Amino acid sequence: MKKRRAVAAAALIVGALALTACSRGGSGGSPDDHGPITIWYSNNEQEVAWGKQMVEAWNAEHPDEKVTGQEIPAGRSSEEVIGAAITAGNAPCLIYNTAPSAVGQFEKAGGLVDISSLPDGAEYIEDRSGELSTQYQNADGDYFQIPWKSNPVVIFYNKDIFEKAGLDPDDPQLSTYADFLAASKTVVEKGGADYAIWPAPTSEFFQMQFDFYPLYAAQTGGKLVVEDGKATFDDSAGDGVGEFWSTLYADGLAGQEKYTGDAFGDGKAAMAIVGPWAVSVYDGVNWGSVPVPTHDGIPADETYTFSDAKNIGFYTACVNQGTAWDVAKFSTSLEQDEKLLETTGQMPLRADLLDTFPDYFAANPAYAEFGDQAARTVDVPAGPNTVQMLQAFRDEWSQSVIFGGKDVTQALADAAAKIDDIAKQP
Amino acid sequence: MTTLIENPPRPVGRARRILGRNPLGLLFSAPYLIFVIAVFAYPLIYSIWISFHDFFFTAPGFEADRPFVGLTNYLTAFQDPAVIRSFGNVGIFLLINVPLTVVLSLLLASGLNRIVHFRTFLRVAYYVPYVTASVAVVAIWLFLFNGDGLVNTVLGPLAPDPSWLINSTWAMPTIAFFVTWKQLGFYILLYLAALQGIPKELYESASTDGAGPIRSFFSVTVPGVRPATVLVLLVSTVTGANLFTEPYLLTGGGGPDGASASPVLIMYQKGLQQGQPDVAAAIGVVLVVLVLVVALLQNRFAGGRD
Repeated sequence: MKKRRAVAAAALIVGALALTACSRGGSGGSPDDHGPITIWYSNNEQEVAWGKQMVEAWNAEHPDEKVTGQEIPAGRSSEEVIGAAITAGNAPCLIYNTAPSAVGQFEKAGGLVDISSLPDGAEYIEDRSGELSTQYQNADGDYFQIPWKSNPVVIFYNKDIFEKAGLDPDDPQLSTYADFLAASKTVVEKGGADYAIWPAPTSEFFQMQFDFYPLYAAQTGGKLVVEDGKATFDDSAGDGVGEFWSTLYADGLAGQEKYTGDAFGDGKAAMAIVGPWAVSVYDGVNWGSVPVPTHDGIPADETYTFSDAKNIGFYTACVNQGTAWDVAKFSTSLEQDEKLLETTGQMPLRADLLDTFPDYFAANPAYAEFGDQAARTVDVPAGPNTVQMLQAFRDEWSQSVIFGGKDVTQALADAAAKIDDIAKQP
Repeated sequence: MTTLIENPPRPVGRARRILGRNPLGLLFSAPYLIFVIAVFAYPLIYSIWISFHDFFFTAPGFEADRPFVGLTNYLTAFQDPAVIRSFGNVGIFLLINVPLTVVLSLLLASGLNRIVHFRTFLRVAYYVPYVTASVAVVAIWLFLFNGDGLVNTVLGPLAPDPSWLINSTWAMPTIAFFVTWKQLGFYILLYLAALQGIPKELYESASTDGAGPIRSFFSVTVPGVRPATVLVLLVSTVTGANLFTEPYLLTGGGGPDGASASPVLIMYQKGLQQGQPDVAAAIGVVLVVLVLVVALLQNRFAGGRD
């Protein structure tokens, strides 16, 4: 009896394993193959509109190489959805929403095509994006992503709140840490705002891109948080940024709690760190914008910030890779980049953006500052352990800067030591 | 002379030896067996395998070296203070959530079982939070427990500072209260079903012997629903150990400063966000073992001889 049960159970296990093994195969495409392909783009309204017109324009000219465009499937984050698609072998050819922080992992998983291996791959990227492109290379200098668009972050301030607080809304004096702190105190005391600024105080790894990193990039003239496998921020510049934010939190000028809505849009915070997407979102707010502050204040045209870029991933599951590369170039052409600007207000990752689209920026002055700022941006460090590094940083930042449970300088030193260790991992 | 000829044993077919006397039974149970193997057994065995190897997710057909690394992933996981803390956090959660769930659901079920008016309305009212998406309910609790939320307004100077969800002492208990409230409807239903199985004669006998309502509750109701209590203990412990959504949404990713991070949240961060599924699997295996130990102890001490 026991033997019979064992045999039956074994048969069921084999059957189940066979069923679970029925996933689709992965790579097998070649840069010489042409034919229909599928692409994914972001699900926000403006990018969907841009994606649809781009696909339509391509399909009109290439009936034999039809592109099917669709919004990226819903999930906790785009990166998880893409990671699952890579593992399952059903990723589309191109995804117009690939976060640079995830590229290293996708490359390690064998999910991304090495663009540098294409005959005109690296040349095309560098011609289009200039010096900005180098930060999107991996440690070997190869491209596993096509730099596409950035959302350089600046400070938005509510002119009405500033005016109510007795501050000059057209010259708000926010360029130095001291000025920023003084203005923050005034808008909370007299302007009626709950907080001066309210970046998300939550623990997600990417939140450091919207509090520490922009100010650190500005203070250091464009230094990445990790360079040559070593954390850079355990220095006076990093400490200065940490102390600045620590003061904001300790003095009740920045919110320690997660706000469930949009603190700036709801008038709860007088300032926000935002990208060009904010221009259309805050249509009903009387806002002004300035570059992120530095210790002593530096001219706007010398200020660096975080890029908040999203790039194009070219996935190895793609069969017709020749068509995919042609579509990638078509969608990053001058014509399509101009349409991206017009439709979404996000900055194509191009060298000399202001000179390339002078008519657009003349007609849309609200975006000109972002266009200028787009030339001076930094992104997250490359490699398969980027998220691990950023999470290590965020954990120390939360403990020390946001909640005051640890000395800021010590926390940054500890974060740097952890990141140095993580950077050594394969 | 007569010769007795014994009937020769009937030949047993090979198929029958394998499939037994009732092959249809095997057929009927096969879908569930396949489900259990595919959805529980295979992933569990695979995750144990992953936890002993240098493993990362790859595209199909991509050649990756996945050497056996012994206990390295376990050491990596448990040398991380955040992981240790997450197990402590979920311990605090279970210590609050499980007893509270058992006591409240039994009391409320007993009450609901006795009342005549609004019985259906109240049963539905308790069940609604259970069937409502966590994301929607979390938003309400955020409004309630924020610094300027309703709870702090009512409490006035007695409100904790910092407020509940960013207070390292109160964040986890607040999550435990939230989960208790949200899941209560399900456990009340379990107890209501169990209460129907207690013979009315027992209450009548107790009453005849002079027992009041409280004495009847402890001498008749509590022993009468013991199997349901064991089930509630087990289910609330297992679901509690798998805590994820609440620290992810209510306290912004396990905040403040990791005070409400749960092992499953850490597994999510390491396995899916940080590309370390091997370390995440090691945490998962330890969590499964600990939950099994707790469940066995509960069964041993609360289950009695049954």
